[in-house]
Amino acid sequence: MPPQTPSIRALTRCLLRPQTSLHPHYQYRAQSKRHSSAVAGARLNGSVEYDTTPLLHHTSRAALSNPELPADIRNGQTKRINLYTAVNEALRHALQTDERVLVFGEDIQFGGVFRCTMNLATDFGTDRVFNTPLSEQGLVGFAIGAASEGMRPVAEVQFADYVFPAFDQIVNEAAKYRYRTGTTDVNCGGLVIRMPTGVVGHGALYHSQSPEALFTHIPGLRVIIPRSPVQAKGLLLSAIRCNDPVIFMEPKVLYRAAVEQVPVDAYHLPLDKAEVLKTGKDLTIVSYGTPLYTCSAAIAAAEKDFGCSIELIDLRTIYPWDRETVLESVKKTGRAIVVHESMMNAGVGSEVAATIQEHAFLRLEAPVKRVTGWATHTGLVYEKFIIPDVTRVYDAIKKTIDY
Amino acid sequence: MAFRFNTRRICTGKLWSPPTSLNGSRTSKVTPGWQRCRSVASTASAEKVLFPGALNSEFTDTLEFIRPANQKAIPTFRVLNQYGEVLDKEAGVDTEDGEALELYQNMVRLSIFDLLMFEAQRQGRLSFYMVSAGEEGIAIGSASALSPTDVVFCQYRESGVYMQRGFTLDQFMNQLFANSKDAGLGRNMPVHYGSKELNIHTISSTLATQLPHAAGAAYALKLQNQQQPEVPPRVAVCFFGEGAASEGDFHAALNIAATRQVPAIFICRNNGYAISTPTSDQYRGDGIASRAAGYGIDTLRVDGNDIFAVRRATKEARRLALEDGGRPILIEMMAYRVGHHSTSDDSFAYRQKVEVEDWKRRDNPITRLRKWLEGRGLWSEAQEKDLRSSSRKEVLKAFEKAEKEKLPPIKHAFSGVYEHLTQEQRMHVVELKDILKRYPKEYDVDQHEGGASSLDQLLDEKR
Repeated sequence: MPPQTPSIRALTRCLLRPQTSLHPHYQYRAQSKRHSSAVAGARLNGSVEYDTTPLLHHTSRAALSNPELPADIRNGQTKRINLYTAVNEALRHALQTDERVLVFGEDIQFGGVFRCTMNLATDFGTDRVFNTPLSEQGLVGFAIGAASEGMRPVAEVQFADYVFPAFDQIVNEAAKYRYRTGTTDVNCGGLVIRMPTGVVGHGALYHSQSPEALFTHIPGLRVIIPRSPVQAKGLLLSAIRCNDPVIFMEPKVLYRAAVEQVPVDAYHLPLDKAEVLKTGKDLTIVSYGTPLYTCSAAIAAAEKDFGCSIELIDLRTIYPWDRETVLESVKKTGRAIVVHESMMNAGVGSEVAATIQEHAFLRLEAPVKRVTGWATHTGLVYEKFIIPDVTRVYDAIKKTIDY
Repeated sequence: MAFRFNTRRICTGKLWSPPTSLNGSRTSKVTPGWQRCRSVASTASAEKVLFPGALNSEFTDTLEFIRPANQKAIPTFRVLNQYGEVLDKEAGVDTEDGEALELYQNMVRLSIFDLLMFEAQRQGRLSFYMVSAGEEGIAIGSASALSPTDVVFCQYRESGVYMQRGFTLDQFMNQLFANSKDAGLGRNMPVHYGSKELNIHTISSTLATQLPHAAGAAYALKLQNQQQPEVPPRVAVCFFGEGAASEGDFHAALNIAATRQVPAIFICRNNGYAISTPTSDQYRGDGIASRAAGYGIDTLRVDGNDIFAVRRATKEARRLALEDGGRPILIEMMAYRVGHHSTSDDSFAYRQKVEVEDWKRRDNPITRLRKWLEGRGLWSEAQEKDLRSSSRKEVLKAFEKAEKEKLPPIKHAFSGVYEHLTQEQRMHVVELKDILKRYPKEYDVDQHEGGASSLDQLLDEKR
């Protein structure tokens, strides 16, 4: 490229950058800023400080100090990227290294409504990265069929709220394929179903749901929710390599918000391990995905106010989940809180709480508290009252410590 | 000026150079967004519509609804008439005499197998069974016209496909009895066969779910056909009933198969009933075949009682499906479900016995082929008797053998859910073991191969 003056280069870059899509789902960032839930004078319920949160690796050194990374990655380079870029990089690496990998879904070809598949169609061809008709049961069934003939399809459901038409295919087919074929050992293990999940500030009823608990009730599926770009990349690559069908749920509010240093090269993170994000001795908080940031903020406030020390665990893989890490922690602290966005009844928290009760009964000094969405739908203007926020987690900590 | 020059240069590179594919596979051009967004209105004098949703449409100034009732129904293709006479003498049948005889024998074997198994269920020796009486020609005929490497997805009334491809009587029986030799490890209901060697996917009870699978599998085959030009190309074939075609998955599958242009053959067995529901309650259009046009799929309606027609249609469909890199084909095979829906169904609760008897007498694939064979002097009453008694004996022998086998090891209740046993499953296996040990009289573990000890094997398996 001939040398250009910086100003012109900046201008070209700006103009050539993919412009904001006309798609209505794609204007979250601007709107969420406008709809900041922070109330003037609020001490706890501020907006999440993604730039400073200890949950994200803000320096290259922090990112590379992760002991789960292999040695060559830990000696390598990092790059500051957001979550959708991390997903994109994982898909790119998978497409590059394994010609069985296919990426498809609704509106994938132009980059996806959340930009996760940007440039993949151009670089790998529309035979491997393509749009499907608007039919979730169709595209998931198509993915199962392709996987059963040896491909490794990564299907995208545009929003987790729209996965239900494909529920039959996921529950009765994907999850049971290996089991029912017996010794013929035909399976659809190469399958990954990606879907944006969780609240986003103004998603209302059908752009906010977190249906992970529905999938954790199905033997044969793996359910994964990353909390950060580093996790998204490493876990998605593991999911694609894994020989079981995987439901990969990406918290959509973090797509642009969560930015951190991520190793440039490909790496895999384990699919059966929780991660202790912060050690403590008085209380264990178990969560996953977006609420971890809420928990982190609540912990900071509570530790300052009550002088306690709190352990924070990211479940990471929601099913099959890492009982050992959670139980070990609760046996040490004697108190536990589970936090998630979806409603309490039969949610992931119920399973975690019941397991803690069963295996750490004698060590418990307080009932296991669940801080979750209320038993209602996410009405547009009520989101801030429904989804666990810093105040509710803070209060749960207070009550559990004081019990 | 400099800016304009630069952007245009960069754009040029992006738009007109063929996209590079890093794995070397063939890529097609990605149309840039601005090119796909065509303007909606055309000029006032244009004869053709330029709406992006229907580019070949022409304007008309007559207000006329398209009324399916005014259209002629799709004709039904046949080679033989019901007396076993070839209609188009010149074209004849494209089947050798020996081949035709083999097909006939297979159909008879299947019908005897069905009869005996149905009886066995009535005697309580099997938990469940489904016959394919009246539809033997569809399964056996189409399977015989496919390549053995073609991938098949079945609904459940296609035992003939398995038989034609070489599924042995023992394999059938082992599955029906869910014994330790069952490839499905005793996990599925009877009739849910599957075989990797024969390239037939295991049947699941959920209706129509296999249709999008077939589309996806065909897409995988398409890519593999492209990547390995030295291997003969393959197609995916999917069987389903006319009732299943009402499921959303039918729509999803045909649509995605058409948009991705996959080499798939969808074969509908239209036998008049979905359990008790007659087709008049199932749909109002011209059967299933008429729907294909709406998806942009080539289609044909075939007399399913005419095995020669079934074969010729399937052969031609396979050729078309592989043409120009691949495309889906829909064939509707007409038949009549002579038997009950399943052993759990008494069909005389919703249809007249005389109607069934009528069909049995008037026309079915076995008698029609027999008439043709007899017309050519290839078959006699003595041969018929011989075949029937020998088939009976073979079936009963396999039956007794399979009935004596033990049930599969208990460990297979847990294995195969995931590739490896999970930690949670491990806990559950330990708990089950403990229960079996402490309440030995409550469970008959010895009817399973290896008794309770197979659970230990499972726990010993390394991750």
